[in-house]
Amino acid sequence: MRKYILKRIGISLLTVFVLATVVFFLARLMPGGPFSDPKISATARENLAHYYGFDKPLIEQYFTYLGNLLHGNFGYSTKYPGQTVNALLASSFPYSADLGLRALCFAISFGLVFGVMSALNRGNGIDLFFVIVAVIGTSVPDFIMGAILQHFFGYKWGLLPIAQYKDITYTILPSVGLGFYTMASVSRIMRASMLEVVQQDYIKTARAKGVSNFRITWKHQIRNAIMPVITILGPIVASVLTGTFVIESVFAIPGMGKYYVESVQNNDYSMILGMTVFYGAFLVFCNMIVDILYGLIDPRIRISK
Amino acid sequence: MAENKAENILEISHLEFSFRTYGGVVKSVRDVSFNLRQGEILGIVGESGCGKSVTCSCILKLNPEPPGFFGKDSSIKYKGEEIVTKTNREMRRIRGAEIGFIFQDPMTSLNPTMTVGKQIEEVFVGRGVTGAEAKRRALEILTLVGINEPERRYKQYPHELSGGMKQRVVIAIAMVAKPSIIIADEPTTSLDVTIEAQILDLLKELRDKIGTSIILITHDLGVIAKMCDRVLVMYGGRIAERGTVDQIFYETAHPYTAGLMRSIATLDTAKDEKLVPIDGTPPDLFAPPPGCPFAARCEYAMKVCYERPPKETQLAPEHRCCCWLLHEKAPKVDLRRGRGEGQA
Amino acid sequence: MTEETKAAAVGALTDEDFAVVGKNLEQMESISRPILTFWQEVWRRIRKNKVAYFSLLLLTLYALLAIFAPMLSRYGFDDQDAYAMRQGLSATHWLGTDSLGRDLWVRVWMGARVSLSIGLTAALINSVIGTVIGGFCGYYGGKLDMLIMRLIDVIYGIPSLIVCILVMIVLGSGVKSLIVAMVITGWAGSCRFTRGEVLRLKEQEFVLAARVMGEPVFSIIVRELIPNIMGLLITNLAMAIPGAIFQEAFLSYIGLGIAPPQASWGVLAKEGTKMLKIAPHMLYVPAFFICTTVLALNQLGNGLRDAFDPRLRGME
Repeated sequence: MRKYILKRIGISLLTVFVLATVVFFLARLMPGGPFSDPKISATARENLAHYYGFDKPLIEQYFTYLGNLLHGNFGYSTKYPGQTVNALLASSFPYSADLGLRALCFAISFGLVFGVMSALNRGNGIDLFFVIVAVIGTSVPDFIMGAILQHFFGYKWGLLPIAQYKDITYTILPSVGLGFYTMASVSRIMRASMLEVVQQDYIKTARAKGVSNFRITWKHQIRNAIMPVITILGPIVASVLTGTFVIESVFAIPGMGKYYVESVQNNDYSMILGMTVFYGAFLVFCNMIVDILYGLIDPRIRISK
Repeated sequence: MAENKAENILEISHLEFSFRTYGGVVKSVRDVSFNLRQGEILGIVGESGCGKSVTCSCILKLNPEPPGFFGKDSSIKYKGEEIVTKTNREMRRIRGAEIGFIFQDPMTSLNPTMTVGKQIEEVFVGRGVTGAEAKRRALEILTLVGINEPERRYKQYPHELSGGMKQRVVIAIAMVAKPSIIIADEPTTSLDVTIEAQILDLLKELRDKIGTSIILITHDLGVIAKMCDRVLVMYGGRIAERGTVDQIFYETAHPYTAGLMRSIATLDTAKDEKLVPIDGTPPDLFAPPPGCPFAARCEYAMKVCYERPPKETQLAPEHRCCCWLLHEKAPKVDLRRGRGEGQA
Repeated sequence: MTEETKAAAVGALTDEDFAVVGKNLEQMESISRPILTFWQEVWRRIRKNKVAYFSLLLLTLYALLAIFAPMLSRYGFDDQDAYAMRQGLSATHWLGTDSLGRDLWVRVWMGARVSLSIGLTAALINSVIGTVIGGFCGYYGGKLDMLIMRLIDVIYGIPSLIVCILVMIVLGSGVKSLIVAMVITGWAGSCRFTRGEVLRLKEQEFVLAARVMGEPVFSIIVRELIPNIMGLLITNLAMAIPGAIFQEAFLSYIGLGIAPPQASWGVLAKEGTKMLKIAPHMLYVPAFFICTTVLALNQLGNGLRDAFDPRLRGME
């Protein structure tokens, strides 16, 4: 088990390193350079380049950059002097994390419940309903889902606020919009997995032991059926977190995603790069946690690796 | 009946079980009657799909209903209690505690996410046994089925055990509540020959120690010869022939049984002797033939065999056979042609 | 005894009844079906699967409309009309107009050209690259295989949208950059999948038999392996297109995909979200086409999977 955890940590560190390197060299390939604004004079441009260290050899720049990253310094904005990525992250990350966490909780809990109910009612109306919800849910991109929710619950029925992020009522629409696609996929996977497990011999063994139906469903069926869902938790976390990009813009939430999109639209390259590295590293970290968690839950991995 | 020497613990009569499928109704078991006596090992032998597994699952009502359903005259009496009409809740009292079931494939019969100990103890859940008592009995049964270091195994997961050990655990689950009957559905098919011998010895030993009756399903006549007191030969959802092991092996009366014998090799099969397979495939149980199900594969088939189902004829105490050849007007044939003649 | 009497009632058994007839093996094997080739069989199963067949028809219809609808309309895709801004659905403008008075019917089908071709091309290139590399890795194994697998581990670790964003920033917006960005991140999935399948098949008896009989490697790959994973590859292709369509919509939404006035479904949906309060049809029209296309592709993918492997039927 320790070997397994160490291996996961190793791969994660390698991934973050590769990501940071790729980001660094891509940044040097970007068209225009950071100070291509024609209003800036040639001397000013040189001064700026010198100030930010762009006139040093590439390798030296690269190591300075890695050193900064190791100290947790993600860089600065070249558009708005004085604005650092760290400051921006400090103010916006809590919003994104909160939204992402809520969406994840919604998606996983509802997805699992829907999938289980669907499988237990296989073939009847309840099953059909949940299957249709799942099929539609996996066909709608999250920003469209968010906008549709805004339109109905906000403009038409006036039930819930549609912008910003203040108290709990503000969080409902964006979390549901963000989590709906994931909820639908979790429910599909859980349903398929439940139906597969119920055919397994160990369910027959349990029935032959005289175990109650309730206990069979809980202790044998759901517990084994949930494994495939846990394996895709990593991608799920990634998809929800990248989804915050668009959902935050749709709902005007001052989270990382909104600033990221703004930076993209403002061509604020160093900002984009700094945030990308943070985002990437964060996702890699989440993935690692999920992998280790999976190892802890599935006894087959827990012992053998 | 003349065969009522010991007490019948299980009496099955006119058992019929069918499944509704998209293609129509499959009649898996058709009019099967037999008894199981206290302390005996009863073998059921036949090809895949002959209804032997379904018959045994019926005893615990383990077949899914729907799509499966019992025929209206079906009766299964366990110690005089009718099982066919019991609800799932009532069946739970019998399953595991009164009748244990050993499944075919130990690799898939254990829950991969539950420890061995928990899976054995689960038999006692809801039966008023304390946790400590359940654990004590689980450890006791693990020792009894020949597992070393039961304390350690108790905490392990199935994937940490070898195939033979898993099957011992499956047997332990079936035995832990000391049931009166154990149904073993091909318990050794997926195991090595050496492990097979150990497991069979274990079953026999447990029968002798606890006095359990065993129904042993198999398609292996060797296992039957080694283990059983009496044998049922099933074909096409019916019982073709029944009798003691000696009667089935040496006084074979049904062409199907004879075919089975000829298709296996024994130590005294001569070097140049050929094994003869039974041609063809078992009947389609969607539309079972009106006559004898074996007629189409039977070299002695007569006109009547294709038209009317044969009825069971008593040949000797315990020995009964379901074949038109036993009719007084039928030609007399020597079924054991081609096999060591001197054995009779 | 009752059975005896029953038999007697039907008619006493005569000697004739006991004439030996013998086996009748033909009777048993009489159930036979017309022999179909693999592809005929697949096509028959798709046809029988109503949802999948309908999805296929719908996608064909969309493809035809994307090709012909813009040609046949009297409006151009960027003809502005200041007198007909943000109109709803009507006889003159079938799907209404946008905030510059451009006809949405034409724009939707122009957008379909972009979105569908991006989806199809990206998915296709991904599959081809992934299959070739994955097949190679799976068949030969060795150090190169291990290296590529570690690379894929790393690619998997980095969220694909982030890589897409970076590539788009470097290459600038446009259809080509979109496809390049998607291929850079997308090939890994199909590579890993093909490798797994090849590894599995390689050990099977029919491949071993071919090797023992001295069939050359190329012929083994082409004649034994590829036909066996073809079905899964086609299924995966159908399932990969929705992902690409989503990605295009996402990138266009954050302003990195297709630049206006060019239209794609993502661009149209983005414009729609801005006008949600005043002209909701501007969102619902492109949303409808994105969703139905993705829905149809997913259902077709399920249908294909079932058609190629009947054992999987009813699992989902």
